[in-house]
Amino acid sequence: MDQQTLNSLKPGQRAVIKALHAQGLERRRLMDLGLLPGTVVMAELVSPLGDPTAYLVRGTLVALRQEQSRRIAIEPVLEEER
Amino acid sequence: MNETIPVSTALPKEACASCALARNARLIKLGVEIEGWDYLVALAGNPNTGKSTVFNALTGLRQHTGNWPGKTVTRAEGGFLYEGRRYKLVDLPGTYSLLSTSVDEEVARDFILFGQPTVTVVVVDATRLERNLNLVLQILEITDRVVVCLNLIDEAERHGLKIDERALARSLGVPVIPTVARKGQGVPELLAAISDVASGAYVTRPHRIRSLDPQVTRTVDRLAAEIEATFPGLPNTRWVAMRLLEGDERIAEAIRRRELGDLSRGERVEPVQERLALEAAR
Ligand SMILES: Nc1nc2c(ncn2[C@@H]2O[C@H](COP(=O)(O)OP(=O)(O)OP(=O)(O)O)[C@@H](O)[C@H]2O)c(=O)[nH]1
Ligand SMILES: [Mg+2]
Repeated sequence: MDQQTLNSLKPGQRAVIKALHAQGLERRRLMDLGLLPGTVVMAELVSPLGDPTAYLVRGTLVALRQEQSRRIAIEPVLEEER
Repeated sequence: MNETIPVSTALPKEACASCALARNARLIKLGVEIEGWDYLVALAGNPNTGKSTVFNALTGLRQHTGNWPGKTVTRAEGGFLYEGRRYKLVDLPGTYSLLSTSVDEEVARDFILFGQPTVTVVVVDATRLERNLNLVLQILEITDRVVVCLNLIDEAERHGLKIDERALARSLGVPVIPTVARKGQGVPELLAAISDVASGAYVTRPHRIRSLDPQVTRTVDRLAAEIEATFPGLPNTRWVAMRLLEGDERIAEAIRRRELGDLSRGERVEPVQERLALEAAR
C-alpha cells in the first residue's frame, strides 16, 4: 500500500510526519517551517479554492500548497490514541 | 519628539545606581533621528513575535503592529540614545530561517547577514520556543553579538509555561531577557543587555555546531576566499560559500548579478566597481 501523504488529511484530523520526500531547498523550507519527521500536525482550514491548506504545526498555522503537502508522508493519529 | 522616561523618580532609595532600572532612566527615544549613530541594532525573529512592539518601545515611533504574521514587510529605522550612545535600530520583517527564504524574508536575511549590525536582537515567542530556536541557532552561527529577547512571557504564564531563562542563556551562550514588550516589562533589562553586548562589556559564547568534515571545511574556506576577492568587504563569506555548495540557486544568481550584499558595501562600493571596470576593460 502507498504511504499516505499530508494532502489527504481532512480538517480536524491529526497525523505524525514520517518522512519528507523532497530534496535541497524544498526540503530545507519544509524543515524551517517546523515540519520534521515526528512532528504532529493537524489540518485546520482549506482555502476556498482547495489550495493552499493551513496546518497547525508546533503552535503556528502554516499554509502549504498541494505540491508541498503531497511530499510529506504521514501516519494518521487515531482518536483513541489521543 | 524627544521623550525621557522618568523612571528614576519611582525608584526606591536603596536601588543601586548600576541596576537596569536606574540605567533605563538614561533612555531617550529619538524617533526618526538616526544620524551619527554609534551602534547599529537589528531586530530579528519569527513572524508575529513582537519585534515592532519592541521597536516602538525603544524609539517612540509607531510601527504597525497587530496580531497576525507578516505585518512588517520592509525594514524600518529609528533611533534612541542610551547612556550617552546613539543607537540606530532596524525593525525587520519576520522570518523562520536564513536559509529558505520567501521574498519578505529575504529583506530580513540580507540585513542580518550583510547589514553588519553591531548587535542582533532575536525576539522570540516564549509560547513557541522550540519553533523559534531554529532561527536563533542559525543567527548564532554567523555572529556572536546576539541578545535573545524572550517575549510574550505573559502569554506563556497564562498557558502555565515557565521558562528557565538562565539555563537557556547558558546553553545558548548569549543573554536571554524575558519581556512583556506590550507593557514595557523587561525593556530596561533588554537595553542594558544590548548596551553591554555592543560595548563588549558582556562577552558572549555563542552555541555553534562544530562537526564539519575537514574536507568540507577546506572546500568552504577555498570558495569563501574567492567570494571575498569578488566582493571585497562582504561579511559572512563562509556562509555564502556553504549555500553555493548546497546548490542554492538564488544565492548563485545573486553572485552572478553581483547583487550580493548590496547592504554591506556603503563606502566599500568602490573596490567592487573598480573590479567590474577592470573586467569590462579586458
Ligand atoms: N500579550 C502580549 N502581546 C504582545 C507582547 N508583545 C507584543 N504583543 C502583541 O503581539 C502582536 C504582534 O506584535 P508585533 O510587534 O506586531 O509583532 P512583529 O514581530 O513585529 O510581527 P511581524 O512584523 O508581522 O513579523 C501585537 O498584537 C502586539 O500587541 C507581549 O509581550 N505580550
Ligand atoms: Mg513587525
